[in-house]
This record gives sequence, structure tokens and C-alpha cells, in this order.
Amino acid sequence: MKFAVIVFPGSNCDDDMYYAIQEGLGEPVDKVWYTEESVADYDGILLPGGFSYGDYLRSGAIARFAPVMASVVEQAEKGKPVLGVCNGFQVLLEAGLLPGAMQRNRSLKFICRPASLVVANHETGFTSEYGESERITIPVAHGEGNYYCDDETLKDLQASNQIVFTYEDNFNGSKEAIAGIINKQGNVMGMMPHPERATDQILGSDDGLKIFQSILKQWRKSHVLTT
Amino acid sequence: MVNVQVYVTLKEGVLDPQGSTIENALQTMGYHEVASVQTGKYIELEVEEGNNLEARIEEMCEKLLSNPVIEDYTYTIGKGVS
Repeated sequence: MKFAVIVFPGSNCDDDMYYAIQEGLGEPVDKVWYTEESVADYDGILLPGGFSYGDYLRSGAIARFAPVMASVVEQAEKGKPVLGVCNGFQVLLEAGLLPGAMQRNRSLKFICRPASLVVANHETGFTSEYGESERITIPVAHGEGNYYCDDETLKDLQASNQIVFTYEDNFNGSKEAIAGIINKQGNVMGMMPHPERATDQILGSDDGLKIFQSILKQWRKSHVLTT
Repeated sequence: MVNVQVYVTLKEGVLDPQGSTIENALQTMGYHEVASVQTGKYIELEVEEGNNLEARIEEMCEKLLSNPVIEDYTYTIGKGVS
């Protein structure tokens, strides 16, 4: 399975994401610069964390119009797996691939520490390797991770099981302690915690690796013949 | 050229922690007459005049300058603030 890590000016978790795929998952991966016009050759698309375009205007607001994004949206609509982490999640929200928006953390502080999460939906193509309601620890590092959506959207997310991760301790003030959501089709997921920073015990946790393993497992189901 | 002033504010019901913090500070300073504080963004554009000026400005506001999920915008066309 061939992965693309999209690199915007100001992305800073692209190396971690690249490492997670190459070393953690053991699959081929390329960094794809934001000026590229197509990601059609890739099987999975990863939007890494960072501060694309300096977080100017709103986090993710400018990156969403970067040249590469038209192709990312197109591939997402075709059903390819797209994972946005932290700033990548913010880009997916701004692009309208996922509902809602991010606000400043309730405390107005940048929060950087391991976070305890609950896997709220382990029956997605991104979380199938986790157990039901499994508790995991994955680092967060964000100033704007306070997820907001209106009540109607929230009901919709709940009704369609689109809330994938929640915080055990809602330290940033997110609506319903939401840490990660998936689209209705089940192929686009965004999350504020950084699974790519938790892919090896030497990093303090390898709880994040199962996300990438789940993506690979899902892909193999339809692309690798098992006889 | 016309000068366009765009104001972006948070929608009603969306928390504005910066506004609350400023409000608390003003209260602490003794300005008890301040009942509420709301923060927002001010964006100024120099735009070539054209037929669809207002429609195009609204499009810019909706697509990029504001996020309709959490923000409202207003704009005025005319002389800039100096």
C-alpha cells in the first residue's frame, strides 16, 4: 500500500508521519509537496500536523486551497483512505470533508502532553485493530483543538457513529469531548491526537500504530488476493 | 479602487474565551460599566471596482475570510480607516 504524506509550507509532523509508515508499518511512502497536482497514484493520503501557512487567518484555512488539495478531495470522494492529524484535521474541516470547526482551547493555552483516549468506534477502516471502547494513550500538541459543531450536526455524528475518539479528560473543551471523527462514507478521518508520535515503545507508547495497521488491513481486503 | 472593510465575528453561542478574558480584565481594572466583550477580526481589502463587486466580496467572505460554521461577517465598502 503506497502512502502520500502531504507537505504544506509550515507542516512539521511530516517526518514523524513518514517514519510511522516506513518504519512502523513497513509500507512505501512519499512526501508530496503542496504544489503537486495529483495524488491519484497513492492508495492512502495522510495530512500531517504542523502550522500550515503559519495558521494565518484560521488553522488550515489557507492550506485547504493549496494546489494539491483538489486532488486530495477528488481521491477522498473516490473512497481512498484520507487521515488528517492535528493541523491535517483542521485542513479537512476547512475543506468541508468533515463537519465542524476548531476553536482555541478553552484554557487559551497550547497543550502538549500524552492524552488518554477512548476508542468510541472500533468498527471503522481506521480503528478495526482496537477493541471496543479501548483506552489508549496518544500525545496531543495543539492550541486550537476545541472541536465545535452545532447541535444538529452533533446529533447526526452520534446517529451515524461518526465519533471515533473521545478524550477521557476533556482538557480542551471539545463538544462531547470529541478527539476524532470520520465521514459518513467511512474513508476520511480527522483526529487531534498524534498517532504517528506513538508508533514505538521507545517513544513512550505504540498505541497509535494500530490506526495505520487498520488502514492497511482495510486496503488489503480489497487489493490483495488471499488464497 | 474601492476600500472594503470586512469584520469577522464569532456566531452567537460560540464561546469567545479571549472576549471573556478581556471582559474580566476590564472589570478588574474598575470598568464596571462593561457588560460584555467580543473579539473578532478586521480585514481590509483594496478591490478593483466591477459589476459583481458585492457578490464577489460575499463569496470571498464565505469561502475564505470567514468560516461559516463558527463565524459571521459584515463588510462595508468605501473609505478606509486611517
